[in-house]
Amino acid sequence: MVALTDPAALDAPAPPDRLARARRLHLWLALALVAISLASLTVGATGVQLLDVAGSLARGEALSRIERVVLLDIRLPRLVMGLAVGAALAVSGAVMQGLFRNPLADPGIVGVSAGAGLGAILAIVLGGLLPPALLGLAGAHLVPLAAFLGGWISTLLLYRVATRRGQTSVATMLLAGIALAALSGAVSGVLVYMADDTQLRDLTFWGLGSLAGASWTKLAAALPILLIAVSGAMLLGRSLNALALGEATAAHIGIPVQRMKRLAILCVAAATGAAVAVSGGIGFIGIVVPHLLRLASGPDHRALLPNAALLGAALLVGADMISRSVVAPAELPIGIVTAVLGAPVFLWILLRQRGVVDL
Amino acid sequence: MLDARDISVRLGRSEILKGIDFAAKPGQLTAICGPNGSGKTTLLRAMTGDLPCTGTVTLNGRDIAHLAPWELAAMRGVLPQASALAFPFTVLEVVEIGLSRGRAAGQTRAAMQALARVDLAHHAGRPYQSLSGGEQQRAQLARVLAQVGAPTDADGPRWLLLDEPVSALDIAHQLEVMQIARDFADAGGGVVAVMHDLNLTAMFADRIVLLAEGHVLSAGTVAEVMTSETLSRAYGCRLQVGTAPPPGTPFLLPHAARLAAE
Repeated sequence: MVALTDPAALDAPAPPDRLARARRLHLWLALALVAISLASLTVGATGVQLLDVAGSLARGEALSRIERVVLLDIRLPRLVMGLAVGAALAVSGAVMQGLFRNPLADPGIVGVSAGAGLGAILAIVLGGLLPPALLGLAGAHLVPLAAFLGGWISTLLLYRVATRRGQTSVATMLLAGIALAALSGAVSGVLVYMADDTQLRDLTFWGLGSLAGASWTKLAAALPILLIAVSGAMLLGRSLNALALGEATAAHIGIPVQRMKRLAILCVAAATGAAVAVSGGIGFIGIVVPHLLRLASGPDHRALLPNAALLGAALLVGADMISRSVVAPAELPIGIVTAVLGAPVFLWILLRQRGVVDL
Repeated sequence: MLDARDISVRLGRSEILKGIDFAAKPGQLTAICGPNGSGKTTLLRAMTGDLPCTGTVTLNGRDIAHLAPWELAAMRGVLPQASALAFPFTVLEVVEIGLSRGRAAGQTRAAMQALARVDLAHHAGRPYQSLSGGEQQRAQLARVLAQVGAPTDADGPRWLLLDEPVSALDIAHQLEVMQIARDFADAGGGVVAVMHDLNLTAMFADRIVLLAEGHVLSAGTVAEVMTSETLSRAYGCRLQVGTAPPPGTPFLLPHAARLAAE
């Protein structure tokens, strides 16, 4: 009889609970989110101040027309859009990374962003060729609609290629995603070559990403999809943890792997498609936010996903504030701000982790 | 009972398993042995539901094809040959991943006990990826033990399906891990283990199913299967089985086999 196990070791103290710490982070991130949202409502080119408005409301005075328009029709929809898109991008990144078991994965990798981008570019360059009746029907929604459709079609195509007999091969899917992104890039390149000067400006602005087009009309179309996708992703915490041990082991633990992968892909496609549709190509949120959170409080997806939604929303609203104020009254495309902020952080993370934990 | 009937597995054009019947009883440690490529792991993976196969596999009388993943997970734990981990979870967190829902309160305690069982409680807070290969294998065993819980309860016996559980371990931990499997069987659970080391198998197993080229070459008690003639035929080289000192389990000295060949 071998007895390596010391009976006293049965009562060895458990190490600190990182999940509890990560869950305490919910509160701090939520507070930061509220603060940054209020700040965002008060920053802008017109000089309408939230405090003044609150003051006049407290005194029972009616809002001036300009205050009403600036706050309710410009800043508020833009804030809501920033919150929803930021949360969607960060959560999509976290889900994608969990699904691909690779901390460097991003919705861009599965081709959803590329497909959505292609859809938008098609609409910008070739939209004028549509029959006038159809064009009139789609109106301002044409570009977002096309981006959304492009994201969906590329996801479906990808899923068909990578799925056989109900099994999704993550490796095939990654490779197919790379191929799809290359193909979208090539077609987009041809379209850019064909575009005239005005279209080229539209393309550039859209490609860099911006929340400037935020309106209640756009929100009405995108917000339900973003909300459903982000809430759906919150159900995936335990499954994504199990998936970190591999698909076979996740199944042995009792996770319905195929079903959960389908839900994950759906959430990512919907969230990324809708986000790209309304705000263009905003990069780095999906890759930097989950990274920072894993460093801060561990990789447990049960806490990581809600934290990613909160931090992603806060970061994007913050980046939008910067984009509106550095060259005011003009504004920078927000994609430039997220790239300038995100890329160094991303490189710093890579350097920090090199040699410590081999990812 | 773990009962597999007429199991065939094709990978591409080649037939890896050709109509295998396999049975294991609770309370016993059943070893699957055989040379490289004989289909040991394939048989285990067919029985865990990982590989599409023809034939039927029943666990405690229920066809596993008709069980939901969580129902299966409550009945049996599976230890794969090797496990990669994608994110920097700690050892304790890896074990807790294996715990089913509804056990949250005692979860950490159950996980710590499983870790203590495999001699890793002192590494509970370390990143899993910083462990050695053998330690990782033991951490995975702790995860499986925590998942299945008691070897048997009102719902029937639980099962451990282990794929080469000791392949990366030093001799002391090989004995320790085999003893854990033995204790699990003695307490009423069922254990099926793919084994390479015939001497460890002889020491700890009740029954051996010996595979060769996708067929069952021999199945029975250790004494029935571990004969010079059967093993020589299975492995394609001359092997000689002796008898160890009391209690008299068979043993195999590769050295003796080489001498015999000369």
